[in-house]
Amino acid sequence: MPRKGILVDRPYERLTREQVELIHQASMQILTDPGLISFNREAVDILHSHGAAVESIPGDHQSWQVKIPEQVVLSAMNSAPKTVKLGARNPDNTLIMHGDEPRVYLITGSETNIWLDVDFPTYVNKTDPTREIRVPEFKPRRGTVDDLCQSAHVCEHLEMVDGYIRTVNIQDRDITEDNKDVNKFFASLNNNTKHFMSGLTSLKQLDNVVRMAELIAGGKKALEDNPIISFITCLVKSPLQFVDDTTETFIEVCRRGLPIVVSSSPQAGTTAPIKEAGIMAQINAEVLAGITLGQLVNPGTPVLYGSVPVRARMDTLGDSYGSVETSQYNIDCVQIARFYGIPNYSTSGVCDPKIPGQQSSIERLFSDIVVTMSGPQFLHCAFGLLDCNSVFCLLQAVLDDAHFKMIEFFLRQPRVDQPELETMLKQIREVAATPQKLYISYIRPLLRSGEISGVYPFEGDGEADDVFELAYERMKELLARPVEHIDRETTARIFEEIPGILPRLNIYESGS
Amino acid sequence: MPEDTISLIQENVIQGRVTRDDEGMDEGMVGQPGVTELVEKALASGLSIKDIITKGLSGGMNIVGQKFEAGKYFIPDMLASAQAVGAAMEILEPYLAGSGINAKGKIIVATLKDDLHDIGKNIVSILLRGAGYTVKDLGNNVDIQVIVDAVREEKPQFLGLSALLTSTMARMADVIQMLEENGLRDQVKIVVGGAPVSEEFAKSIGADGYGADGFQAIAVVEALNSGIEN
Repeated sequence: MPRKGILVDRPYERLTREQVELIHQASMQILTDPGLISFNREAVDILHSHGAAVESIPGDHQSWQVKIPEQVVLSAMNSAPKTVKLGARNPDNTLIMHGDEPRVYLITGSETNIWLDVDFPTYVNKTDPTREIRVPEFKPRRGTVDDLCQSAHVCEHLEMVDGYIRTVNIQDRDITEDNKDVNKFFASLNNNTKHFMSGLTSLKQLDNVVRMAELIAGGKKALEDNPIISFITCLVKSPLQFVDDTTETFIEVCRRGLPIVVSSSPQAGTTAPIKEAGIMAQINAEVLAGITLGQLVNPGTPVLYGSVPVRARMDTLGDSYGSVETSQYNIDCVQIARFYGIPNYSTSGVCDPKIPGQQSSIERLFSDIVVTMSGPQFLHCAFGLLDCNSVFCLLQAVLDDAHFKMIEFFLRQPRVDQPELETMLKQIREVAATPQKLYISYIRPLLRSGEISGVYPFEGDGEADDVFELAYERMKELLARPVEHIDRETTARIFEEIPGILPRLNIYESGS
Repeated sequence: MPEDTISLIQENVIQGRVTRDDEGMDEGMVGQPGVTELVEKALASGLSIKDIITKGLSGGMNIVGQKFEAGKYFIPDMLASAQAVGAAMEILEPYLAGSGINAKGKIIVATLKDDLHDIGKNIVSILLRGAGYTVKDLGNNVDIQVIVDAVREEKPQFLGLSALLTSTMARMADVIQMLEENGLRDQVKIVVGGAPVSEEFAKSIGADGYGADGFQAIAVVEALNSGIEN
């Protein structure tokens, strides 16, 4: 049985069908005029061999102007699967995504350099030293492989997390460009039984991480049937450019038939038009170009329509994920992906502040609610992320999980039918006839059935705001709960066959 | 099997079942006798009033209180049990004299003039009945004179005043003043409550107690009652 996710009954849409079609037509025009610039030769050859017009661009870099005819795009889109399965070490954590079904799976990620530790020092009131208060203090530091293990561990136990994208970049002294991929894959997979998605640091490690996944899944065929890992590549750099190395990675992953996200992240105002119609036409052209390339490499490759549009801040021209327009752009992309019937990878919950607090809660909750309501199949909802995805705080991830539980409850389908209304009429008449006129006794059968939402889980006893402290306690509780690691025999084979994994990650040998 | 009847009364208090039509906590209880039917049966069997109350009703409520403290019961569960005890006490009231059980006392409750919000007062009434008090509920939007007259005629040990509005809250002071003017203030302990009311306000108007919620209201009344008895 796959995970349930959140099935959105009637997804929120901003665009009319006509507007979506207009955007589609504009994207088709963009792909032929001006087309894309490709810095990757192989992509140029593949597209050219299927009918794209190609022209070398003079300059220092090897680059080509590629114009992709509409027919090539539409044909490629036809071979893209409309249902994508993302497997998991625990089959109960499988994700089944239908492009036309607004069932939302909530995924962590993405990679941050900074890990935020939390402490609660006590402060004494200067004017009244008998009064003390504990205040959360956040201390940033570089992320390590141990942090990644902790993050994967806690996310395994977070109820609303459906899949795992690593949340922290591992920057230990013994981590190098060559061994980073195998260590981040192993640390994540060994501490989490949900689907694991990642980018690649080095293409040279692709076959090692695929082999690792085969060993865990039970062989090559088993991995095909149960793809416990998938990949994400930003092959497109906005505006309208295929990057050389990520495009190469993308092509190689497609050749292996594993699921992959074609992701584009234009910034409205700098690398895309700030107006909604403009950024939509461009990002759609960029994603369609990527999907087209992938399907030409290996027809039937499972792909997700990856859209991460963001508006620029006007004060710094950095990303402003917390802006209202960013949510509007994301919701539009969900709708456009649904137009093509391809499962969508969307983004919510990314916020601008550097530490948890009111701004982070408001910004992330705003986009979490509205983007979830639009019904993306794969929602990268930035569990625990702060500072525009630069900082990860495990405490924040615990809070996010609780907030998504509220969103899930909110999006439940209403029950209004004739039998229900007849029961309610009977109840109303009964209570109207009593002296106290209270419906309280009718609550009881529902109290333990899950039909009534709970109080905020981190509510304190008094007037003090104890949210962070209570969430911290919850975090420690989840860390103390065991996870199902990869078994001893498979671990031994992984360490035997895959070079570069840090010995301290072998829980059967290191004694950790 | 007299002991069984007492145990069943206790169990049905825990289940919060007033009559045989109530669902209770567990499956399949509809149709089985509730607290009122079991108390009638206990009386017919000649069981002692004291055992019915202390072992059956109070014993059940004590367990309910423990479950509430442990987070296993919610307020609707407490209210259902309190309702069951209140209904049982109404049946038992004529038998209390000579039973060795002292009635806990009478309390008049009211929501003040121009205030129609009576949910809090109703909940407190249920809990008070469940705790063994005789409750006379004057309702909502009650004129001050009606309250004073009721205190004079009913001679309650307690008067509970409730308000949701800041405007009607001020009338609590008027009630106390009019009771003083009529020479009735010393006869009754006054407990106030309601969303805008605070402990400071209660003290400022000369009330005897303040309950922030239904459970605190009961605790305050119990504490004051203990003072009266002592």
